[in-house]
Amino acid sequence: MSEIFNEIPAGTHPAYASPDYKSTLLRAPSRRPIRLPQTLTEITGPHPGADVIGPTLADFTRCHGGEALGERIIVTGRVLDEDGRAVPNAVLEIWQANAAGRYNHPVDQHDAPLDPHFDGSGRVTTDADGRYRFQSIKPGAYPWKNHHNAWRPNHIHFSLFGPGVATRLITQMYFPGDPLLALDPIYNSIPDADARARLVSHFDLDVTESEYALGYRFDIVLRGRHATPMEL
Amino acid sequence: MAGLTSSQTVGPFFHAALLRDGQSTLVAPETQGERIAIEGQVTDGAGAPITDAMIEIWQANGAGRYDHPADTQDKPVDPAFHGFGRAGTDATGHYRFETIRPGAVPGRGNSLQAPHIAVTIFTRGLLLHVTTRLYFAGEALNDTDPVLALVPDEAARRTLIATPVADRPIPTYRFDIRLQGDRETVFFEI
Repeated sequence: MSEIFNEIPAGTHPAYASPDYKSTLLRAPSRRPIRLPQTLTEITGPHPGADVIGPTLADFTRCHGGEALGERIIVTGRVLDEDGRAVPNAVLEIWQANAAGRYNHPVDQHDAPLDPHFDGSGRVTTDADGRYRFQSIKPGAYPWKNHHNAWRPNHIHFSLFGPGVATRLITQMYFPGDPLLALDPIYNSIPDADARARLVSHFDLDVTESEYALGYRFDIVLRGRHATPMEL
Repeated sequence: MAGLTSSQTVGPFFHAALLRDGQSTLVAPETQGERIAIEGQVTDGAGAPITDAMIEIWQANGAGRYDHPADTQDKPVDPAFHGFGRAGTDATGHYRFETIRPGAVPGRGNSLQAPHIAVTIFTRGLLLHVTTRLYFAGEALNDTDPVLALVPDEAARRTLIATPVADRPIPTYRFDIRLQGDRETVFFEI
């Protein structure tokens, strides 16, 4: 008896071909992927250590000898599976723009200032309850060339290794009340409205630290498992 | 049931956060197995190189065992091989890994899978990563591999077979990834 990962509910993930997001036009596969019944290859997966992905870095608000500019935030949440079970020891890689909406990246030519004290990336690991936490600066919105006057909503990128290749996830966390969400083709590529809403973090006064930083809560749910009579 | 978290694109700005030196070399001097390199180019539907992709690979060790608790086979773990690699594509859309040729692992039921590597591709323009498999040209087990058998079209199946490259210091296999269009790589839903 082995355990395999559950099927993904329809509407959860964006369609590859989402023409409002122009970069999909030449990059989305034109054929449907072939369904592969999970084998040992898919139910196992990498769990890279700090030697491969880098050391833990949970405070993005100060680097290179100074403090980053912008509104300090604390982001915390739990990584769970669909049955609500904690995913302990999960690695999260995180990156984002600075408060002015500029990435520390040569391709980003947006005419907004770089912050010498903000690199905008880090790595954290969940504890026994599946909980993670890091502190950063609220990322700014920034323009992109998808269409006229296109602006990405404020967002933070997350990359996770769950227990298997089949749980690998890269996603983006958004902020509540952002007027750009309704206009964003990347956010709106998710067909299911409830699934879209789950990518929006919640402001939480209990996470907020007095005189220091606003708190946001963002839980991440990875595929759960069920037993199969098939020997894998 | 708690609702699953949706995928979003990796975007164009991931490099400093995700890529580090050494990630594309899976082997150490003590690693057991036949050393190989894998190289290829990632292209789009117009045949243009994709210069901002990230490729991840996952594979069994030389004995055909995954470094993972769900693999309970009675085969040796190699403490000098963990089976994960990551590489970005360069200014010409190329990537390269140094690894070992994986051993065969069991498939469903009593089947045996041909040696293969799980390959995942992330890039701007992919709202959800794509997943494929790399198999090795000339491997006899390919003819009976249950996953290759899922791909009915011979030309499509060829997109999953890495082919030897001559004149390289170590045995090298080429595995191009075409996201769309002519000779589009076969991708799997897992």
